[in-house]
Amino acid sequence: MRFAKRGRARFSSHRDVARAMEWALRRAGVPVSLSHGFSPHPRLSWIGAAPTGAASEAEFVEIGLTEDLDPAAVAREVDAVLPEGLSVLDVVRAGPGALADRIDTSVWRIALPGVDPERLGKAVAALEAAPVVEVERMTKNGPRTLDVRAALVRLDVMDALDDCHPDDAGSGDDASGDGARPSGDPVEAAASATPEVSDLRARPRRSVCGTLSLVVRHTTPAVRPDDVVSALRTVAGLEPPVPVTATRTAQGRLGASGELLDPLEVDRATTGRETDPVRHAGEDRPA
Amino acid sequence: MSVEAPIRGGAPESVWDRLEPLLPRVRKPVQYVGGERNATVTPWEDAQVHWALCYPDAYEVGLPNQGLMILYEVLNERPDALAERTYAVWPDLAALMREHGVPQFTVDAHRPVAAFDVLGVSFATELGYTNLLEILDLAGIPLHAADRTAEHPLVLAGGHAAFNPEPIADFVDLVVLGDGEEVVGEITDVVAAAKAEGLGRRETLERLAGVPGVYVPSLYEVTYVDDGAITEVRPTTPAAPARVHKRTTSDLDDWPYPKQPLVPMAETVHERMSVEIFRGCTRGCRFCQAGMITRPVRERSKRGVSEMVEQGLAASGYSEVGLLSLSSADHSEIGEIAKGLADRYEGTGTGLSLPSTRVDAFNVDLAEELTRSGRRSGLTFAPEGGSERLRRVINKMVSEEELIRTVSTAYEHGWRQVKLYFMCGLPTETDEDVLQIATMAHEVVRAGRKAAGRGDVRATVSIGAFVPKPHTPFQWAAQAAPDVVDGRLRKLREAINSDRSLGRNVGLRYHDGQPSLIEGLLSRGDRRVGRVVEAVWRDGGHFDGWSEYFSFERWEAAAARELPPLGVDLAWFTTRERDGDEVLPWDHLDSGLDRGWLWDDWQDALDSREQDDCRWTPCFDCGVCPQMGTEIQIGPSGEDMVAAGRMLPLTPVESRTSTPVRNPAFSAGTSSAPTGGSRT
Repeated sequence: MRFAKRGRARFSSHRDVARAMEWALRRAGVPVSLSHGFSPHPRLSWIGAAPTGAASEAEFVEIGLTEDLDPAAVAREVDAVLPEGLSVLDVVRAGPGALADRIDTSVWRIALPGVDPERLGKAVAALEAAPVVEVERMTKNGPRTLDVRAALVRLDVMDALDDCHPDDAGSGDDASGDGARPSGDPVEAAASATPEVSDLRARPRRSVCGTLSLVVRHTTPAVRPDDVVSALRTVAGLEPPVPVTATRTAQGRLGASGELLDPLEVDRATTGRETDPVRHAGEDRPA
Repeated sequence: MSVEAPIRGGAPESVWDRLEPLLPRVRKPVQYVGGERNATVTPWEDAQVHWALCYPDAYEVGLPNQGLMILYEVLNERPDALAERTYAVWPDLAALMREHGVPQFTVDAHRPVAAFDVLGVSFATELGYTNLLEILDLAGIPLHAADRTAEHPLVLAGGHAAFNPEPIADFVDLVVLGDGEEVVGEITDVVAAAKAEGLGRRETLERLAGVPGVYVPSLYEVTYVDDGAITEVRPTTPAAPARVHKRTTSDLDDWPYPKQPLVPMAETVHERMSVEIFRGCTRGCRFCQAGMITRPVRERSKRGVSEMVEQGLAASGYSEVGLLSLSSADHSEIGEIAKGLADRYEGTGTGLSLPSTRVDAFNVDLAEELTRSGRRSGLTFAPEGGSERLRRVINKMVSEEELIRTVSTAYEHGWRQVKLYFMCGLPTETDEDVLQIATMAHEVVRAGRKAAGRGDVRATVSIGAFVPKPHTPFQWAAQAAPDVVDGRLRKLREAINSDRSLGRNVGLRYHDGQPSLIEGLLSRGDRRVGRVVEAVWRDGGHFDGWSEYFSFERWEAAAARELPPLGVDLAWFTTRERDGDEVLPWDHLDSGLDRGWLWDDWQDALDSREQDDCRWTPCFDCGVCPQMGTEIQIGPSGEDMVAAGRMLPLTPVESRTSTPVRNPAFSAGTSSAPTGGSRT
């Protein structure tokens, strides 16, 4: 299953998403097989989850079932009961081979509101020119140093100004009746903020915004979008004035000519393409 | 420090846009985003009365709270009301909210709390009082009820701690005593009418004071005598009754809430489908405020329980069902309920738990049903008192032989760990009483090794300091000083470890006595204690239920500053025994218990005399039923768990799977499974 983590759900951790998915599968009545032993748990196999705070259009999970079900029905029924912000995008019947073996690379889009694209371009050039760029991150086992440059396949500055806040633009949440969602239009959102409220610092003029497109190889520990931003700070002193928003747009294996191979394509080929990916209004599907 | 309140009238603007940029900078941001499964967001204009329901602790603790979830659903089912939820934000976000002018918000639609008509706060514990002030301040609502105008929400307190709301009387506008299911509707009616008629705040409060179960502190005057005690608490207007009587919801089957339990994205303390199988308890444990103020016992029928479980599991997807009450094994049909549910959900990865069981009500058949789904981790019993004598004082009738017999049976049947709960600092307690806990723990390990035929059995002893509570026979008792409690626990630890061989299989968990002393101050305090609460909050105090935030020194200093000028002090409220004729701060609030009966029960306690349970013996005139017009409601309910023809077939599913839900979308036209199952 490929699914998306959008809107406010981007603030959930992998554990949060895993629990939410398990409960949703139970609500939907999907017969997930259980492990044996003293404390049985559902057989779900997760592949490299997007970090807390990051949105994603390409999260993957393998689900063990006790019966053979129509993948389209699974997609529909699970999507209908997922919490707001989580959406099923694609379900295929798994063929031979592990999904994890078909994923070694992620494509990310990072929006940096308040960062001038030209300035961003110079920082990117500095990063690409450096042979090694080490950043430090706190992990469960204390601080770890990782080389961002080594994991980087490609880093481009996109020039789409209207794409500054991909999280809002591509949110397409399935919850209805939520009149309190922030406006998708950044200009309008900025204008509607009450003037006496002192948060103008927190929301710089949206007209200035840099957007990065990033292809990164999965390493251990994984290089995350935040690490790339840290690397830009290290090499070029780039300081985003507000937190950046990152969205994973694709995962797969990097082909010989630098293209990304859809990890579910193999299963479609072996089992026949009987499912249509579930589509959502306003969804921004990568190629 | 304060955040400016938004302007009222019209739909308030969502604060999400301003909150979102702050979230990447705080711990566990998901707790602030809302969007829980089964949450409700109603357009502002569709409701006349807007409720913000608050649990004044962290989201992870507050979200699973049953009371809040029930009222949230009950109110949102009304066409004229909407209810949203708000919880205490952690200091990291609170600081950012102040810096960026973001007010306290609801998690449902991220509306500013100050824009609501009613802010209802549920107090399970008195240690939430400083968080109330923090929430009011972050919301931009004046701390003192006297400073609020028609522009501000009515701040309402409910929950068990509200049975003595005097320490927060200055900060709340109204208090609800007892069960909330019905009274929230009556309050909604009054507020809707008051808004339509354009009534002022004072007129609205006077009208609310006429609703049974509603107490409006500002309509009462408290006078004191020279020795510090209260002379009287007197209504200052005919609109307020001399005594306020608690509310009681009868027939739980008519109130099958929550129907759609909230399922959060964030991790919380209880991730299960909870069903309250009965309310109230007449075991009569003299320390137990919950048991005293929730009488009489009202059971949900086994059919009612079964239907709630079925609906709740389908709506939530939870894999655990909690059968809640104050003493769950006491339900008259508990055996049938447990067996029925275990049969029905066999092989669906659904666990059953009974959070509160008594030693004497426990039996292995029941425990076997509860663990059929797999887990057999630990059993918990609460003898509460270490010695037989002390257990008679507190009316927790369980003999040591009974306990040893029960745990032996449990160890024989495969359990390896038993948890034992005790209290320290109980009335009449001596060092010797507490040291007997060590003897009992050693005995449990010895019996367990014998029964299990192996050495690796474990007993965990968990001890809390006793806090005398209002509306209990111990409301007159002196609370033990923290150093007395700490000293006894030190001796207990030595006694447990005096036998190395047995001691190493005993774990001892306890908390310092200091937080309990402050809980005692807040539990039995009067209006003068409000100054201490405010001083502590102004000094930076909040999240007092969390040891990493609680500061005894801060409370002690604030009490030493604020109370002596009023002729009282910390000890006066805590370690002092009260006389029978002293006016207690909560005497005008009626939990139904006859004051004379409570006093007699206190005297019986001092004489180590026990009291029976009125479910199985004749009425002993505690006063609740005649006073409240209620009656005991227990089984047999005479109804099968499953209504004929209505329920799904009870046959277990063919193979081990992980869902109790049968979705027709998957039953039609499925092909046979390939070997080894399939993955999608």
